[in-house]
Amino acid sequence: MKIHEYQAKEILRKFGVPTPRGLRCDSVDEAVEAAKKLGGPVWVVKAQIHAGGRGKGGGVKLARSLDEVREHAKAILGMQLKTHQTGPQGQTVRRLLIEEGADIRKELYVGMVVDRGTQRVVMMASSEGGMDIEEVAANTPDKIHKVAIDPAAGLVAKDAEDIARKIGVPEAALPQAGELLKNLYTAFEQTDGALAEINPLIVTGDEKVLALDAKMTFDDNALFRHPEIVALRDFDEEDPAEIEASKFDLAYIQLDGNIGCLVNGAGLAMATMDIIKLYGGSPANFLDVGGGASTEKVTEAFKIMLKNPNLKAILVNIFGGIMKCDVIAEGVVSAARQVSLKVPLVVRLEGTNVELCKKILADSGLPIISASNMADAAEKVVKAIAA
Amino acid sequence: MSILINKNTRVMTQGITGKTGQFHTRMGIEYANGRQCYVAGVTPKKGGQNFEGVPIFETVKEAKAATGATVSVIYVPPPFAAAAIDEAVDAELDLVICITDGIPVRDMLRTKYRMQGRKTRLIGPNCPGVITPDELKIGIMPGHIHRKGPIGVVSRSGTLTYEAVGQLTAIGLGQSSCVGIGGDPVNGMKHIDVMKLFNDDPETEGVVMVGEIGGTDEEEAARWVKEHMKKPVVGFIAGVTAPPGKRMGHAGAIISGGKGTADEKLAVMEACGIKVTRNPADMGKLMKSVMG
Repeated sequence: MKIHEYQAKEILRKFGVPTPRGLRCDSVDEAVEAAKKLGGPVWVVKAQIHAGGRGKGGGVKLARSLDEVREHAKAILGMQLKTHQTGPQGQTVRRLLIEEGADIRKELYVGMVVDRGTQRVVMMASSEGGMDIEEVAANTPDKIHKVAIDPAAGLVAKDAEDIARKIGVPEAALPQAGELLKNLYTAFEQTDGALAEINPLIVTGDEKVLALDAKMTFDDNALFRHPEIVALRDFDEEDPAEIEASKFDLAYIQLDGNIGCLVNGAGLAMATMDIIKLYGGSPANFLDVGGGASTEKVTEAFKIMLKNPNLKAILVNIFGGIMKCDVIAEGVVSAARQVSLKVPLVVRLEGTNVELCKKILADSGLPIISASNMADAAEKVVKAIAA
Repeated sequence: MSILINKNTRVMTQGITGKTGQFHTRMGIEYANGRQCYVAGVTPKKGGQNFEGVPIFETVKEAKAATGATVSVIYVPPPFAAAAIDEAVDAELDLVICITDGIPVRDMLRTKYRMQGRKTRLIGPNCPGVITPDELKIGIMPGHIHRKGPIGVVSRSGTLTYEAVGQLTAIGLGQSSCVGIGGDPVNGMKHIDVMKLFNDDPETEGVVMVGEIGGTDEEEAARWVKEHMKKPVVGFIAGVTAPPGKRMGHAGAIISGGKGTADEKLAVMEACGIKVTRNPADMGKLMKSVMG
């Protein structure tokens, strides 16, 4: 689960990671009020959306007067902010963070992820802050320092200071920087973080270290024990179709193509997208209905897919396994009836009672095309659109 | 022969009184030699009861002592599943197969840390399990699609594994053992670990490796195959069309920082002498073509 920068900073402050003072605002007037409260002479007006690269897209502006705060807030609130992470349509800015300006002497980078390779939480840090860290990693990998953290001991003081030294924190600020990194790890660990990124982490003119930006995402599997984080969810930032899908425990991601796919299992769902492409079609979505594939789930899945205006046909690919095929077939037919399906529907079902299942589909009176395997299904659905 | 499990394996179900544990234990008992293989269940506070004749114990340790079971399968709900693995590791079982989906990553990090230097092997979590056709089925896969034979199957996904197995069976290639290692980023045995076992198993003559986007496990297995594997390996990677930054269902299936793409994996696999296909409907045919 993703949260906003201002929310991540609130969490970090609770764990003893210093940040600039700031206030979240939803309107231009609130922004000016916030600036007055914070006091000048310099403020930063920051768009709050769930995507990085906001500065480059024009979503972060420096203001040297309250008039400038007003001007920037007006320009940014409501804009369609486009960054490399939002996609071409951009994301509407609904919230702002007004922050006091900082005296930046050095910009550094620190991030944390769960690393598959070491099966540990890895802290990554670099002297090259404020830049796209993926570029730094690609062009100058020696400028990225990594430490895999022992889950029992946590990030120990020596390692923390060692990282701080390597990325160019001045000697006088090392103890404070070490403390900050330790606290950052604690925050990540205690909140079941999936990713944390501070870019930039800055050293100020008076040699203080603080988090100028903050990004945190959380492990969805652990949300059951973090109601305080669930409360931070901002539905405005999520795709309405994906929200709808998550209510029914469906994993749905909309894509650019026009062939909807409904599949059980994530791996098979990806493979189904791949084979559609291989046969010259283009998938409209990723959709995993999970192991169950009940009538209710299939019906909801149809409804969600049909909201996509680009949808021209649907391919259902279900490897029933231990489920009886005829039961799934009846579910698919009943779901197609409920949503009065108009687009061609190609169905490939595998499991026990395959013949009975084909009969159910054929006798339904619906425009259902039966397929005997994945390749057959992909070929038929692509042909159905061309016709 | 086979890998990990066979007709002489003695297995206990952790979480045997839950709906899923009951259902799949019953299916396991009904498959091949299951009746003699499933010897115990574990559910705290239900010791002394039995599930359709299978005795239930309070702890894994008691179940092992009383029945000689050395393998466990876990159907415990996500908040308690990592602790169930810990218990099996502490009881020094040989193998734990954790089917549970949705375990917090932090729990698995701790569990993996605790497992260092211990004898227990882990398959999963978030996996379909392991089957040795005509001998023993431990997990949620459909038994009827499998046939005994010379091909090993290792995969990160569930239904896509069934797809591969279904194609092999349809084309006349049976399987020695099929192992679903699961779709989570922090898990037990990886492709490379299973590949080593298949290499050492005299009954396995070829291997199908099914992977998906995210991480570098398939690449690591491919490099090992190039150096050490004595048998042909074919592969498929799901997610050529997956966009970067979007999690494709499985917690581990995400292209991040330009790493873990299907194209990159396929390229490394090919460079390491693994025949690959981009068509998920051709996995069986490809295996057949290299088996001669």
